[in-house]
Amino acid sequence: MSLRKKFFSNPFVLTIIAIVLGFCVASLILLAAGYPPIESIRTLVESMVGRPKDISSVIIRSTPIIFTGLGVAFAIKTGLFNIGAEGQYVMGCVVATMVGSMLDFPKPVAILMVVISAMLVSSLYAGFVGLLKARLGIHEVISGIMLNWISLYFSNWICGLDFFHKPGTIGMYPVNPCTYTMILPAWKRSEAGAAFMEQYPILKETLGRTDVNAGFIVAVIAAFMISHLLNRTRKGYELRAVGQNIHAARFAGINVNKSIVHAMMISGALCGLGAAFYITGQSPHTVATLSAFENVGFNGLSVAFIAFSSPIGCLFAGLLFGGLLYGGAGLQSKVGAPTEIINIVIGVIVFFCALSYLIPRFVERRDAARLNKKRKKQAQKAMKKGGAHVN
Amino acid sequence: MSININSDTVLLLLGITLMYSTPMVFAAQGSVISEVSGVVNIGIEGMMTIGAFTGAAVGYFSGSPWLGFICAGLAGAVFGLIHAFASVTCKADQTVCGIAMNLIGPGFALFLSRVFFDGATQTHPVTNKIPKLFGSSGLEGSLNNLNVDMTTVLALILTIIMIWIFYGTTWGLHLRAVGEHPAAADTLGINVYKVRYICVTISGLLAGLGGAAMTLAIVPQFMPTAISGQGFIAIAAVIFGKWTPHGGYLACLLFGFAQALTVVLGGGSFTVPSEILAMLPYVLTIIILILFVGRASAPKANGVPYNKGSRV
Repeated sequence: MSLRKKFFSNPFVLTIIAIVLGFCVASLILLAAGYPPIESIRTLVESMVGRPKDISSVIIRSTPIIFTGLGVAFAIKTGLFNIGAEGQYVMGCVVATMVGSMLDFPKPVAILMVVISAMLVSSLYAGFVGLLKARLGIHEVISGIMLNWISLYFSNWICGLDFFHKPGTIGMYPVNPCTYTMILPAWKRSEAGAAFMEQYPILKETLGRTDVNAGFIVAVIAAFMISHLLNRTRKGYELRAVGQNIHAARFAGINVNKSIVHAMMISGALCGLGAAFYITGQSPHTVATLSAFENVGFNGLSVAFIAFSSPIGCLFAGLLFGGLLYGGAGLQSKVGAPTEIINIVIGVIVFFCALSYLIPRFVERRDAARLNKKRKKQAQKAMKKGGAHVN
Repeated sequence: MSININSDTVLLLLGITLMYSTPMVFAAQGSVISEVSGVVNIGIEGMMTIGAFTGAAVGYFSGSPWLGFICAGLAGAVFGLIHAFASVTCKADQTVCGIAMNLIGPGFALFLSRVFFDGATQTHPVTNKIPKLFGSSGLEGSLNNLNVDMTTVLALILTIIMIWIFYGTTWGLHLRAVGEHPAAADTLGINVYKVRYICVTISGLLAGLGGAAMTLAIVPQFMPTAISGQGFIAIAAVIFGKWTPHGGYLACLLFGFAQALTVVLGGGSFTVPSEILAMLPYVLTIIILILFVGRASAPKANGVPYNKGSRV
């Protein structure tokens, strides 16, 4: 493999190419619609990373989609298409809020209980999809879609129950402060905290103004753990084997049915983990009645695709996605370009990610053509030389 | 429970069933033709959304619902063509590409809506909706529930045409062969790429029509929630109907019926909360899948790009 082909086979390089192409297409569309493309993109990037507060907000915004992206990516590695991530995330949010609003324990215990209950319910919800596939051969996409809708209405039903419904709102009672996973929530509101942050403007902008929480750190740890599980453990090997070739895996003595259920459960648990940290770490710390999906799970699909299903890649893809979603609002208010251009950008990036495997082939073909040309020239030269010699 | 089951209720149920299922039937036929030819098209939802917008926008500006309907099909076909290019010529991952369509389709629809309708994400209502079967005067009494939209009739005709193409024509045989065993079809002189291109483009066209059947017949305008899940349900209906045009049609009817049941039951003094009722169609689908469908039998080459000359 030539060095150049190696370079263009690197998933990271391919993603960058897809991102550049995504912005190119978006620029053309903006231009056609009569908006200044360069200024729009500059505004978009500025609203993403312009101030420390923006960077902090982007990280917070990205955290849930990194988790759902991880869940989807894990499922893809094991040969499953977890389109039900949305429903698993919604279930996680509801359960986290239900449990969190009732608990009154010391902090670490309370957080642990919320996280475990959300993960448990989400993983069971996903495990049901796996069970249907393993036992009855029901495609995970169709049961996943159905369960997404069921979770939406379940969430709304819980929201409306007297026991959980907070009067005067469209949502549930928020979780108790003992479950909060923000970093130093009480301290930063205290006088000492305010005085300390006054000395460090960056701290005041980020920690003081946004819900900085532990979710992102947990997401990073989870990404590395999932990467380790997939690539360095026997279980991960088995799961990947089932994903690569189900018949070969069965022949090798792997319990295929169990693997499918386990893979789905882990994928669901990651979505539930994301939900728990969203509810405990970000205002309004509760679930509201939904009229449509909030797309956290569906966006996880795009994150996983942009990351080429690499768990570590999901961290970056999630940050990009969260950043674009966050910056899109700034784009509309400052340039007036519709914020939906963001969806087009992300869609085009995903599209080119799907096509990106063509690039190494293209490079290889060009390299081969060049080499051919060079050889021909050399041969011609040699012939001429040879001819001269004869003369 | 205070529901009297009489002819009025039955006619009401039937009318709502047909109304709800129509956009899904178009989309399901689009999904079936693509999947049977061997290309997974999970982007149906996005193609429906772009069709829904185009239909409503053209219908509003031109005043002709039929022109809007046709343009919606063409807009969907453009997206179908892009999907065909990616998945047939470029042999890209069809699922990823479909998800991209689901992002680009609604993104485009809302973007264009904001451009053409002063920053609003919904279009103005069209002046003329697609006419009803028995005209605007309709039928007498509860029989008027059967005065369905013309699109509902078109959906039925489309299904019959699809069945005829699939099982009554040589081209239908080619199409199924391409989805089952493209290499064998190729050796018989069938142009696999051409068949797939045509099928995926038609798939987009039908999805676009389905979207317009929503925004030109059921509701008179496009809004962000006009297409919310119908495309995905249509894909589920195709799997449910075991990848046949008639199976897909019946699955859509069943799904429409479950939704109609929700509407009719919700209207009475029924003690079950409306949210639990709203789950009914989806729960019912899962139960039926568990009880009756069993192992799905997808076309063998579904989702696998074909490389000419490759050994299977």
